[in-house]
Amino acid sequence: MSDWIDIASLDDVPQRGARVVKTTQGCVAVFRTANDEVYALDNSCPHKGGPLAEGIVHGASVTCPLHNWVFSLETGLAAGADEGQVATYRARVLDGRIELEAAFLAARSAA
Amino acid sequence: MTQKLIIIGAGMATGRALETLLETAPDAYDVTLFNAEPRGNYNRIMLSPVLAGDKTYAEIETHGAEWYAQNGVTCRFGERIASIDRSAKTVTSENGDVLAYDKLMFGTGSNPFMIPLPGHDLAGVIAYRDLEDTERMMALGPDNRCVVIGGGLLGLEAAAGMAARGVDVTVVHIMGHLMERQLDEAAGYLLRRALVDKGITIKCAANSKEILGKDGHVRALLLDDGTELPCDLLVMAVGIRPNVALAQQAGLAVGKGIHVDDQMVTSDPDVLAVGECVEHDGAIFGLVAPLYDQAKVAAKTLLSEEAAFVQKELSTKLKVTGCDLFSAGDFADGEGREDIVFRDPARGVYRRLVIENNVIIGAVMYGDTADSNWFFGLIKDKTDITEMRDTLIFGPAYQGGTPLDPLAAVAALPRDAEICGCNGICKGQIEDAIAAGATDLGALKAVTKASASCGTCTGLVEQVLAVTLGDDFVMPAAASICACTDMTHEDVRRMIKSQRLTSMPAVWQECGWKTSCGCHVCRPALNFYLLADWPLEYADDPQSRFINERKHANIQKDGTFSVVPRMWGGITTPDELRAIADAADKYMVPTVKVTGGQRIDLLGVKGEDLPAIWKDLNDAGMVSGYAYSKGLRTVKTCVGTDHCRFGTQDSTGLGIKLEKTLHGAWTPHKLKLGVSGCPRNCAEATCKDIGIICVDSGFQISIGGAAGMDVKETELLVQVASEEEAMDVIKAITQLYRENAKYLDRIYKWMAKVGLDWIEARVVTDQAERAALVDRFEISQSIYRHDPWAAHVKEKAKRYQPLARLDLEAAE
Ligand SMILES: Cc1cc2nc3c(=O)[nH]c(=O)nc-3n(C[C@H](O)[C@H](O)[C@H](O)COP(=O)(O)OP(=O)(O)OC[C@H]3O[C@@H](n4cnc5c(N)ncnc54)[C@H](O)[C@@H]3O)c2cc1C
Ligand code: SF4
Ligand code: SF4
Ligand code: FES
Repeated sequence: MSDWIDIASLDDVPQRGARVVKTTQGCVAVFRTANDEVYALDNSCPHKGGPLAEGIVHGASVTCPLHNWVFSLETGLAAGADEGQVATYRARVLDGRIELEAAFLAARSAA
Repeated sequence: MTQKLIIIGAGMATGRALETLLETAPDAYDVTLFNAEPRGNYNRIMLSPVLAGDKTYAEIETHGAEWYAQNGVTCRFGERIASIDRSAKTVTSENGDVLAYDKLMFGTGSNPFMIPLPGHDLAGVIAYRDLEDTERMMALGPDNRCVVIGGGLLGLEAAAGMAARGVDVTVVHIMGHLMERQLDEAAGYLLRRALVDKGITIKCAANSKEILGKDGHVRALLLDDGTELPCDLLVMAVGIRPNVALAQQAGLAVGKGIHVDDQMVTSDPDVLAVGECVEHDGAIFGLVAPLYDQAKVAAKTLLSEEAAFVQKELSTKLKVTGCDLFSAGDFADGEGREDIVFRDPARGVYRRLVIENNVIIGAVMYGDTADSNWFFGLIKDKTDITEMRDTLIFGPAYQGGTPLDPLAAVAALPRDAEICGCNGICKGQIEDAIAAGATDLGALKAVTKASASCGTCTGLVEQVLAVTLGDDFVMPAAASICACTDMTHEDVRRMIKSQRLTSMPAVWQECGWKTSCGCHVCRPALNFYLLADWPLEYADDPQSRFINERKHANIQKDGTFSVVPRMWGGITTPDELRAIADAADKYMVPTVKVTGGQRIDLLGVKGEDLPAIWKDLNDAGMVSGYAYSKGLRTVKTCVGTDHCRFGTQDSTGLGIKLEKTLHGAWTPHKLKLGVSGCPRNCAEATCKDIGIICVDSGFQISIGGAAGMDVKETELLVQVASEEEAMDVIKAITQLYRENAKYLDRIYKWMAKVGLDWIEARVVTDQAERAALVDRFEISQSIYRHDPWAAHVKEKAKRYQPLARLDLEAAE
């Protein structure tokens, strides 16, 4: 059994948008797609550290606001010719609430 | 010995369980059936056809008095069970009767959820669940108005049923598109179009605030934005909750629903539960297909036969005449998932399959659902579709044989087959034009007008070219907007205007987008086109804007932002400067810089501080500079007659007027202006998008300058005598540019395509056209000339804060 931490209501994040969760180890971006799926990724682009939470969300991808690299929200992998990966964390929606897996916090503070 | 079975609820699930039980072992139980509704089992899902007048109640009754009598079922209709004593194994009905049971079966269904809006308890506010509700709606006629809250399956069936009776119906839906749980935006758009054609008013993304009453009866629904929707009846169809109160009282294990195992047995071995009131393996149920499976399992369990309930894929259909839709499985976007999208704009057909590991996992269909069962079968059986991938989307008719060669189909068309519907051009005319030497699309468009209007037939025209010319034909590679579409910016702009497309899903559908919802390249462009063409109807979509415009501040390389307050025409005051200095201190702004457009840039502001610093600047009278938008940035000025000995006109004053008029205007790319007081040109107006040089005899307006990656000098468009006329010409140019240019083309690029003469003909020569352009400009500005900072401070400040802070606990 994994522990889930209640973060916020799904409605607090706009559809096709994102907001950040601050942790001791930096920010995690929590994305919500047009289909109300949620994903959590490090809020830092492997290219030059762009804040992914500010990017344009399309399908299950986000485009970095600084130089337009595109990342999969599911795997964190860069698409196309670009190479790089963003750390991803488990996230889910339960009864309209966004939850993150507690283990991710532990992993982050161990990092 | 016959055992006693008591059933609570005569619904669809228990009805099926009873049938199965009595067919297999008529004498096993002595059955007593309680129902809170004053009637026995009927087909609840057929209430919609009853409402629409296609069926009568008698036709949807599944078990009549005779059936119960023949099968020896004791009926206690109109009687509710009030409590259960599990240790004594008795139930107590509402009127106090106590009955003993050996086995008990719950089938209490769901309660419709009522949003606790103020006024929800007024008379005339109902749900849509049973025959009584249906009859309330059937009592309405052409003189009545009804509001339905909820644009899901139930709400839409209610709305369509009443509309068929001539009732004036408005559906209020909180989400951006209808039936969002079953449909994606594209299918939602087609459904909306069909319902609007039936005379139903649809309001999406609408938030209900209060139900207004008069003398205790509903009178209207009030929305968040202040709109009042008058109504005689208000139907809430926003969801259901399993009806578990009685089970809870009885001490059964209950989560979202009554917990049951695979045999439909609750936490008490003598109590079973079926239907919408149960929770099985974390899931609850709202459609009949799984309930029927549960009912059969429960009947077997009662007879001590082995059976187990397994959850299966579900599909949804809407029972509204003329709205054929189907959806099944999971159609969310995801990594490793691929979409096959097929759109036939002319027939209003949309099909989308979501594929993962060569298996279809979801399907959405609208307009032509004839093949839906076949696709549903592929989903359920997890069929490997590798072999039929290319023709899959066309359905079973195309499987097994050779895939149709589209060129062969075109070659087979007769000469009088119509190719271009807008201009009525048939295949023969195109062939003749090709024979006469028009061997590319451009030439064909010019000679025959084929594909020159809305552009949907471009592909077909090209195919005729390919078939006619054979190997001589090279497919033109006109650059499309992005990989989501084959259409160019120009084609899409034409479609938006000619087909009156006013929403993004409409564009995706009618222009045949190949993705479900676009990408970061096409969405900002479409958002701009829609907003430019339909300023009053289209609602701007911030999520389709680049961050600078979404947050009204310029993002920097380290993720901080820069904030540029507007200084009209470059003029400021000591008070404003003090306020800027105070803000810079308070928010620890590391860099304060004067921009190339004569404004002050506060660089390095943290994203979460934005609303606060804006508020301070707003309080000091300053508004957003849009120093980062695809819209009017600044109007640079010189000092003009006020101070300069050479000045011929009040160039500063004109600059201020222009900036106040144009600010907030969205344009295809950034728009910079300059106004100089004499030909010495201290404001460098001749390298701006629009430059004005004041001279003794008036104002020289020139356009198409740039001083970015390309350096260009403006070209003179016109000289006018008065300031008013100069303002009008500039508004007209801006509007013409906005309505015609490709997204991300500066004026000079656009000018290179259409020519200075073309622009001059419209904004200088043709006075009527100029006036019309100015009017349209003003209409758009009536919406967009505002300060986004103030709006965000008021409504969206929360969005700028972290969603949650998990760094605080660790710090303790
Ligand atoms: C208008 C409408 C259209 C629908 N269309 C579709 C459709 O197209 N496809 C589809 O799959 N599903 C559809 N549904 C959903 C479907 O009708 C339900 O899933 C199904 O009826 C649930 O069956 P049930 O037996 O669990 O509950 P119900 O059929 O609701 O029966 C429960 C019964 O229990 C009674 N009851 C409750 N508490 C007590 C008590 N304490 N004592 C005695 N009796 C009690 C209630 O009065 C009720 O009659 C529709 C529903 C509605 C309302
Ligand atoms: S442009 Fe002419 S009027 Fe303006 S400041 Fe320069 S010299 Fe003076
Ligand atoms: S010129 Fe280049 S580096 Fe300088 S502000 Fe503009 S974009 Fe940035
Ligand atoms: S920092 Fe993300 S693309 Fe450059």
